[in-house]
Amino acid sequence: MAAAGKENVFAPWKDDAAVPLIRIDQVSKRFGDFTAIDKISLNIYPQEFFALLGPSGCGKTTLMRMLAGFEKPSGGVISIDGQDMVTVPPNKRAVNMMFQSYALFPHLSVWDNIAFGLRRDGLDKDRVAARVEEMLKLVQLGQFARRKPHQISGGQRQRVALARSLAKAPKLLLLDEPLGALDKKLRQETQFELMDIQEKTGTTFVIVTHDQEEAMTVASRVAVMDQGKLIQVETPQVIYEQPNSVYVADFIGDVNLIPGSVSELGGGAALAWAEGKPPLLGQPGASLAKGQNATFAIRPEKIAISAEEPQDRNNRVQGKILEIGYLGNLSTYHVELPEGPVIKCEVGNRSRVERRDFTWEDEVWLSWSDTAGLVLAR
Amino acid sequence: MRRLLVGVPFVWLLVLFLVPFGIVLKISLSDIALAIPPYTPTLDLTEGWAGIRDFFSRLDFENYVFLTSDDLYWKAYLSSLQIAVIATICTLLVGFPVAYGMARAPEEWRPALLMLVILPFWTSFLIRVYAWIGILSTEGFLNQFLLWTGIISEPLTILNTNTAVYIGIVYTYLPFMILPIYATLERMDASLLEAAEDLGCSRMQAFWLITVPLARPGVVAGCFLVFIPTLGEFVIPSLLGGSDTLMIGKVLWEEFFNNRDWPVASAVAIILLLILIVPIVLFQRNQQINKEAEQ
Repeated sequence: MAAAGKENVFAPWKDDAAVPLIRIDQVSKRFGDFTAIDKISLNIYPQEFFALLGPSGCGKTTLMRMLAGFEKPSGGVISIDGQDMVTVPPNKRAVNMMFQSYALFPHLSVWDNIAFGLRRDGLDKDRVAARVEEMLKLVQLGQFARRKPHQISGGQRQRVALARSLAKAPKLLLLDEPLGALDKKLRQETQFELMDIQEKTGTTFVIVTHDQEEAMTVASRVAVMDQGKLIQVETPQVIYEQPNSVYVADFIGDVNLIPGSVSELGGGAALAWAEGKPPLLGQPGASLAKGQNATFAIRPEKIAISAEEPQDRNNRVQGKILEIGYLGNLSTYHVELPEGPVIKCEVGNRSRVERRDFTWEDEVWLSWSDTAGLVLAR
Repeated sequence: MRRLLVGVPFVWLLVLFLVPFGIVLKISLSDIALAIPPYTPTLDLTEGWAGIRDFFSRLDFENYVFLTSDDLYWKAYLSSLQIAVIATICTLLVGFPVAYGMARAPEEWRPALLMLVILPFWTSFLIRVYAWIGILSTEGFLNQFLLWTGIISEPLTILNTNTAVYIGIVYTYLPFMILPIYATLERMDASLLEAAEDLGCSRMQAFWLITVPLARPGVVAGCFLVFIPTLGEFVIPSLLGGSDTLMIGKVLWEEFFNNRDWPVASAVAIILLLILIVPIVLFQRNQQINKEAEQ
């Protein structure tokens, strides 16, 4: 997440004067009867780290391949830096891609792989060498320059692929599930490395991923996609705290969803969810009407658990502990309410020798503040 | 168990290669004789040690010297080499596009295409070569078709020329070229070509810079698989070639069966084997390099 200025937060999408690098205007892509992309419009700004997030088959890869030039849109316009891209072939675009399989050329050394694109541009030997050395330094692979791709580890291959795609200093770098092949620990390290490199080079990155954690960590903005449509395009924080739909709330992180109907609508919203129970209070989502069927969404970490009935909170329910999960940094409680729903609640394990207050089958109270939950239209 | 595993191929090599080789080598050092078998000396163990000594003293290199005295032989060797090299190149030029097309075909078609390449093996090789006589002769299908379309007014003489030999060799050995090349191309990750394009290659450049180098092991294997048997080929030149088609396999056959000069024929065979050892060793080394590269 690059910062545009020292006092300003980097948010060109809020600035009307900012000129987007990529304009995607009413773009569709159909394969036979199947609509992979359905009239998507989106602007991506210079130096953004933009994530396309969604389950497999949602169209995120197709959208990326259209940016790279491997697929032609069936309708609509894609322009990069003001130039209409629809008829420009992949080898004539100032766009490079890092492939999911890395696609390193097995017959070429690490050095020659990185030099490959530079040589196609007809650069002279010295400039190619200088640029390759610079890239090797950026990804810290200097001592592996002469090795072939099969002689280095998976993490190193990933860095070679990154160096190769950055070597030509593209205006836009596309990353297709760049960390998918790495194990969890390496993936987390590499996420920060990616952000670091993005900041150093100032290149606009578009990353495709199905891993919401990865998208949230690296991206300045996240586009959540489903069935060829953009559901929400926002910063990770907004996506998490103010999802615009049940789909986004459910896709990003853990969430408890309680169905009901809107009983009151004002500054907040009240959701009637069970006969004879006080309504749940939360913040209203968009396009909500009184009497409408809606879903109450509450994140597990925003719920407090206690043995006594808390008096200071409106939202409180009683239930029985069904399941306890110990995850090290936190514990998860699954609490079954007599009305049916099972509520997940997370409690941080702050001290090492903590007395366990609750055990299976205990009757407990769950409570949360009026602003912790969201009432979302269904 | 391990001894058995190592032992079986060794016994195989000994019985099926080294023993026959030893016999042929011995015959090549013998003299022609009007007898059965048609050469002397033959080993007579009843005379004991003296017999063995006498046997070895009568072996000499006379037949090899004879091969150098008649220029037919070295011309036949050279001509065979030339035909084998040209035929291998032709087979490569035909085989590579076929293998490339197969590797690029939709996945569900590939087994069927592979089957079509292998299918001719189900018919006898001899019958297929005879069939070419029917196609290539002056009154053959090819000439009839060309005359009918009006492309030519006089029938072409193809049969009994070197052209017919090339056609026969390319036809017969094509699967040996296609299969190894197909195997390497099919294994190739399609995203490599996309990556090359993404980095600024045209389709053509990507083909030369990525596809061709990656297909190299298959091309080398295919070339050797065609070149080695073609060098000693005898059936195709004798059925499709003319009187001026000179190939060492044909010479060998004539020495054995027309002249009944087994010692000279054996000498011809031994020299042919020595010539063949060179490409075989090169082939082995290529395989070795590939293996090391994969580790």
